[in-house]
Amino acid sequence: MTDREPVLDFSTDWDHTDPQWVNDPYPIWDDLRERCPVAHTDRYGGGWFPTTHDDVSRIANDTEHFTSHQVVVTKNKFPPGAPPAPMGGAPPITSDPPFHAMARRLLLPAFAPGPVNALEPQIRALCQKHLDGLRGRAEIDAGHEYAQYIPPGVIAQMLGFPPEDEDQFRDFVHVVLDLIDLEPEVRGPLFDPINTYFTEQIEDHLKSPRDDLTTYLLNVEVNGQKLAPEHVRGSMVLILVAGIDTTWSAIGSSIWHLATHREDLERLVREPELMPVAVEEFLRFYAPVTMARLVKEDYEFQGCPMKKDDWVLLGFPAANRDPQAFAKADEFIIDREVNRHAAFGLGIHRCVGSNLARLELRVAIEEFIKRYPRFELDPSKDVTWAPGQVRGPRALPLRVTF
Amino acid sequence: MKVSIDAEICQGQGRCFSIAPTIFSFDDLGNGVVIGDGTLTKQNLDSARLAQSNCPEHAIFIEEE
Repeated sequence: MTDREPVLDFSTDWDHTDPQWVNDPYPIWDDLRERCPVAHTDRYGGGWFPTTHDDVSRIANDTEHFTSHQVVVTKNKFPPGAPPAPMGGAPPITSDPPFHAMARRLLLPAFAPGPVNALEPQIRALCQKHLDGLRGRAEIDAGHEYAQYIPPGVIAQMLGFPPEDEDQFRDFVHVVLDLIDLEPEVRGPLFDPINTYFTEQIEDHLKSPRDDLTTYLLNVEVNGQKLAPEHVRGSMVLILVAGIDTTWSAIGSSIWHLATHREDLERLVREPELMPVAVEEFLRFYAPVTMARLVKEDYEFQGCPMKKDDWVLLGFPAANRDPQAFAKADEFIIDREVNRHAAFGLGIHRCVGSNLARLELRVAIEEFIKRYPRFELDPSKDVTWAPGQVRGPRALPLRVTF
Repeated sequence: MKVSIDAEICQGQGRCFSIAPTIFSFDDLGNGVVIGDGTLTKQNLDSARLAQSNCPEHAIFIEEE
């Protein structure tokens, strides 16, 4: 992280990498929702942060005034050589209509409930394998030693990448999603190893095609044409990056919650059939992901004079805590029945991997509490939280009882 | 009473077929679909309503007679 000016007022100078926001953003968002409710910043070249469910939903559904061309807020709004709109660098998340629908349709079947649910036994075995590795220890780091291992294994297999490359994937994610306030000339070269890795994987799959998403993207035809190479590569990068620390963060936050709320842990251990409902509340209360848009042309929204190319950071996690949208929004209610949360986004960019993320989250928690019916934070060590647009614990030191 | 999903609004959030799997299913893209013609009985009306109240996109409609 670079040195930055501390934020004094988030309503006029918000920064999602500020330590106060990183450690506990919820009081900040509640305050902004009450008095703004759309916050502004001059940082990152200028941007807005809506905090109500209604505003977040309206912007997410408004592809006329807002573009998805860049979805991660950085100081490098238009990196040289980046694929232009309407495709963007990582289709379909960076794409706008009408291109978006085609790019998304190509990915949806692989992430539909049928193929995804078939992965359950394998995900369960992966969770058990990592828990077996911790056997006998009373102190563990549930972030670095458990949560972070679950999603990469699954996504590597779907893309047909060697599972032993997992550590590299986490480095890639760190560059793309965490190191966001670096100056462009420092950040740019960090992408070189990522590009090299994908080039190698593409060449390998061209030489020896197999039954995986990489081969599928290389061969699929739309209107008799194969996809442009930058489309194939962009979708691969998206699947890898978006499929890893998002779900890892959700798993980590859920374990953090159970470590700090014994009554909820005891209830889940006692009533495992509650899991599907509990998973939705974990997703609402600890939604890990915020996504950005850019303003297409000068546009006034809720009295805010948005300028062309301003960032808009869509606070889906803030929307999930809006008392106008949820009863007792600031309370975690493990058996909440009505839960129209926006953890996977709203509108045409709904997370393509949501079925997989839910499955991984449910199975990872089920296996964890089966192994450890009691656990709590280790008071001698610190929990650390990821900065930026994907929030979740990284170090999660626990004392466990088995 | 009948339930329907507006395919233009549905984004495949996947809540309906998890909450009420006897009323809703999904297509090859993972979008929600109504099983059969969507006729509801007194017995399954509540679960259709619960699915409706959990749809993030407000894509489920119940026509009550």
